[in-house]
Amino acid sequence: MAYKRNIDRLPIPPRDAKVQNVVCHFCIVGCGYHAVSWPVDRQGGPRPDQNLFGEDLGQQQGADAGAWFSPSMYNVVKQDGRDVHLVVMPDKDCVVNSGLGSIRGARIGELSHSAVTGTLRDRLTEPMVWRYGVPTPTSWDDAIGLAAEVTRRVVEAQGEDGLIVSAYDHGGAGGGYENTWATGKLYFESMKVKNIRIHNRPAYNSEVHGTRDMGVGELNNCYEDAELADTIFVVGANPLETQTNYFLNHWVPNLRGTSLDKKKAEFGNEPVAPGRIVVVDPRRTPTIAACEVEAGKENVLHLAINSGTDLALFNAIFTEIAAKGWLDRAFIGASTTGFDEAVRANQTSIEEAARLTGLSPEDIRKAAAWIAEPKQGGARRRTMFAYEKGLIWGNDNYRTNQALVNVALATGNVGRPGGGCVRLGGHQEGYSRPDYPGGRPAPYVDQLLIGGQGGVHHVWGCDHFKTTLNAAEFKRAYKRRTDLVKAAMDSVPASDREAQVRAIMEAIRQGGLFVVNVDIVPTQIGSCAHVVLPAATSGEMNLTSMNGERRMRLTERYMDPPGSALPDCLIAARLAQALERSWRAAGKADVADRFKGYDWRTEEDAFNDGYRQHEKGGQFVTYARLRAMGTNGFQEPATGLEGAGPVAAGTTTGGTPGMVVQGPATEATRGKEVAQQAGANTGPSAAAPQTGGTERIIGTKRLYADGKFNTSDGKAKFAAAQWRGLQAEGKQAEKDKFRFLVNNGRANHVWQSVYLDQHNEFVRDRFPFPYLQVNPADMAELGLKEGDLVEVYNDSGSTQAMVWPTLSARRNETFMLFAFPSGAVGNVVSKGVNEFVIPNYKQSWGNIRKLADAPEATRKLSFKAQEYQAS
Amino acid sequence: MKRCDALVDAGRRSFFARTAAVAAGAAAATTVAGEPAKAAPALALIEYPTRKLANLRDLKVNEPLDIGYPDDQSPGVLLKLGTRVEGGAGPDGDVVAFSTLCPHKGYPLNYSAGDKTLNCPGHYSRFDCERGGLEIWGHATQNLAQFRLRVDEAGDVHAVAVDELIYGRLSNVLQG
Ligand code: SF4
Ligand code: FES
Repeated sequence: MAYKRNIDRLPIPPRDAKVQNVVCHFCIVGCGYHAVSWPVDRQGGPRPDQNLFGEDLGQQQGADAGAWFSPSMYNVVKQDGRDVHLVVMPDKDCVVNSGLGSIRGARIGELSHSAVTGTLRDRLTEPMVWRYGVPTPTSWDDAIGLAAEVTRRVVEAQGEDGLIVSAYDHGGAGGGYENTWATGKLYFESMKVKNIRIHNRPAYNSEVHGTRDMGVGELNNCYEDAELADTIFVVGANPLETQTNYFLNHWVPNLRGTSLDKKKAEFGNEPVAPGRIVVVDPRRTPTIAACEVEAGKENVLHLAINSGTDLALFNAIFTEIAAKGWLDRAFIGASTTGFDEAVRANQTSIEEAARLTGLSPEDIRKAAAWIAEPKQGGARRRTMFAYEKGLIWGNDNYRTNQALVNVALATGNVGRPGGGCVRLGGHQEGYSRPDYPGGRPAPYVDQLLIGGQGGVHHVWGCDHFKTTLNAAEFKRAYKRRTDLVKAAMDSVPASDREAQVRAIMEAIRQGGLFVVNVDIVPTQIGSCAHVVLPAATSGEMNLTSMNGERRMRLTERYMDPPGSALPDCLIAARLAQALERSWRAAGKADVADRFKGYDWRTEEDAFNDGYRQHEKGGQFVTYARLRAMGTNGFQEPATGLEGAGPVAAGTTTGGTPGMVVQGPATEATRGKEVAQQAGANTGPSAAAPQTGGTERIIGTKRLYADGKFNTSDGKAKFAAAQWRGLQAEGKQAEKDKFRFLVNNGRANHVWQSVYLDQHNEFVRDRFPFPYLQVNPADMAELGLKEGDLVEVYNDSGSTQAMVWPTLSARRNETFMLFAFPSGAVGNVVSKGVNEFVIPNYKQSWGNIRKLADAPEATRKLSFKAQEYQAS
Repeated sequence: MKRCDALVDAGRRSFFARTAAVAAGAAAATTVAGEPAKAAPALALIEYPTRKLANLRDLKVNEPLDIGYPDDQSPGVLLKLGTRVEGGAGPDGDVVAFSTLCPHKGYPLNYSAGDKTLNCPGHYSRFDCERGGLEIWGHATQNLAQFRLRVDEAGDVHAVAVDELIYGRLSNVLQG
């Protein structure tokens, strides 16, 4: 039977329940929620005057009710040491989600740590050190002291290249401005660490170098543009499942035609119609089915390309629209360079593209027309371009990204209403760090670790065992190296610090690796760690981030972290201070002095030290103002304060094209713009106002609305991006050798690497194993039944999954859930990367063999089609 | 038929009795501090009414019958699936009943006889009637509320309880 909570009623929030701002810390959409809390020994009542909502709860509430919450939104948590009822429910007044919750965000309540209801009791609560053969709880000073001492000695012995770091660099639960700043300050300012990588890729690089190098930051439009576009052209993305409420609240109205009034109001006499959509994806996703339901099949064009051939398609479209003259000549002339050269360089005939992509020439022509053919009366067609992991983690990332931006620029669709050329995103963003001291390409950190380099590894909120490529080899090497250190630690008394450190250093000299792991839950990679430090998550600390339209909000602290867990920024500060002490004790006062400046008491101190001082427009942004602006916040960059007037309104790049308004050149503007080296005259354009007020912050709806881009001359650059087959080393050979495409990605039910969901019965019951969608005819050939456990394997490794018969799956093309604890697809993703060390997860091929008949856990499941059935 | 009407009435009586107690408890909890509050302990579980939904004779395989439970404001569907399922009632173990308010945002679910699923026109969620209302795909954070059934000797099918919170209610049996 399906999992049921058997909850038949919930406590009603009283009229005076506390209400705080929350932004869902899962996906990039950043839906607005409210945390409603009240003392555990009180409750409201059903009458309107008895409850927070002012509604008669003695009546059945209608659809879209603002006064209903589900059991998954409810919990009992600690707030300032006292038990309180907590409800985390969607905010109807948030323009992002208008009260919609998703299957992920609407479980924030239930995914909170509760000593009373027992949810997420697996959270890390106390620092731990490897002692007596197991991870053993201890004090912060003890654990951090050991971490700092070993780190210092490794740096002394090997230089800063001996310190390898893995760290999140996003927003929401994947970072936040406070935490990215603190870790960035530690590793890039106090130290100059080059051997660092990000949670989902093996180097410190942008996933979208391609678009940035053309002068086009990747989050350049606003969510309303999806309501205004004539056509949405979406590549390698499945927004219904992975940017759920963005799709439901902003794409669907356009496809349904219910945003027509908005279009008329915005565009006057220009002809408007319900939106059309082109989806480039080898797989028929739930998104495509939903688009057909809303827009009608005739307005949906699914381009089911051969996996990895996107670039050829984009170049053919580019060539076609250039030949037809469906161009925005004025825009190309005023705001871009290199158009003619790019047309020549990327020349690709429709027929050639059809051959490579497997599409029909008619469909490619149709896509070009839907993107660019002028509307009645010659008006320019407004097309929004959106892409995500299918492109980002697909074949030839850099060139493919550029080939798509070429089409957007040629049609004048950047910086205009109804346009944009954007990544859709995974996590929210929240990057604020000093410059990365390494070069480009950045070091391939996984290969360093596998190759025995480095002596100490600091891991912040990453679980490579589930999320990296070439994961099988990585795990083998990592376990071997970290076990050496564990054995050394077990060989001397735990209480003898000096002996411990000497033994650890000796093990490191013999190829061992000492690991410091900071996380909120025990992870698979964390099982190898020698020091584990428990962190707080969003809502247990104040945390700022921005969403996919650069909308910045503050999630307020509404509950206590479990045990003695701390915000990451304060952990980084403690580690810095411990390193300072260690260096000083070692007689290196000059090095010790570099670790000053961490005397933060709260996360707000870290925010004021980082974002406010270093981010463009940061001088206008304070916790007090963000709190007052609620779940709607403002869109970065800030340009001024209401009342005082915008300081730089209407421009996105400052007074001079390409300039950074304030602060050093950093990747800090990621998603917003490409950063430029700050020149002589690029200081702050306004004196920082006082911080106490709650004036409204003025933001930036769209980037590049002024037609100026982030290049030295302010002009976006067209790019030459020729097709070169499967680019990453070994991919073509793997394709030739193995039968099945092992496409992979996310599912609606699950957030990221399942780090919280694996502790949630609702999800664990549904997906005890990652699913592998297989065409039924292929299953028959392999003798497989639904729910069977299979092994997927190739020369990189093997992994397991449960079979989900899928009629819409093409023969020999499977799709597997990504980053699952009970079957990591990364085991069968080869180590091949692009020239900037971007992994290629999507183009993986393998074979399938049966492991076991459907186990008990899968026998009771439903393997019916995911697609909505109208009747 | 008389007998079943009586059962419905009995159910209604316990339903009203129960809600009165809960309402009193809730009111007591919100009285102003200082006033002596009257103790009115509530039961730990909701008392569900027993409600006759249909007789087995009325059911045709794979044809949904509209019902309401615990009251008419809470629509549901009664189904004879034609194949025995876990949690199924009746001699063939194939009779089930579910709420048809989507637990995502409360849109009305439609039955798809083709694959025996309930589907939501709101945002495309799907629930499997052969698997206890398991959410096959969708946005709801719970599987579909199923009505527990009891079939008596006369073949009357009664709903007697619910296993998840019904959309739009903070108490499955309305109170106040
Ligand atoms: S769509 Fe994304 S941000 Fe919104 S509730 Fe779902 S997971 Fe959270
Ligand atoms: S109301 Fe049913 S899916 Fe949203």
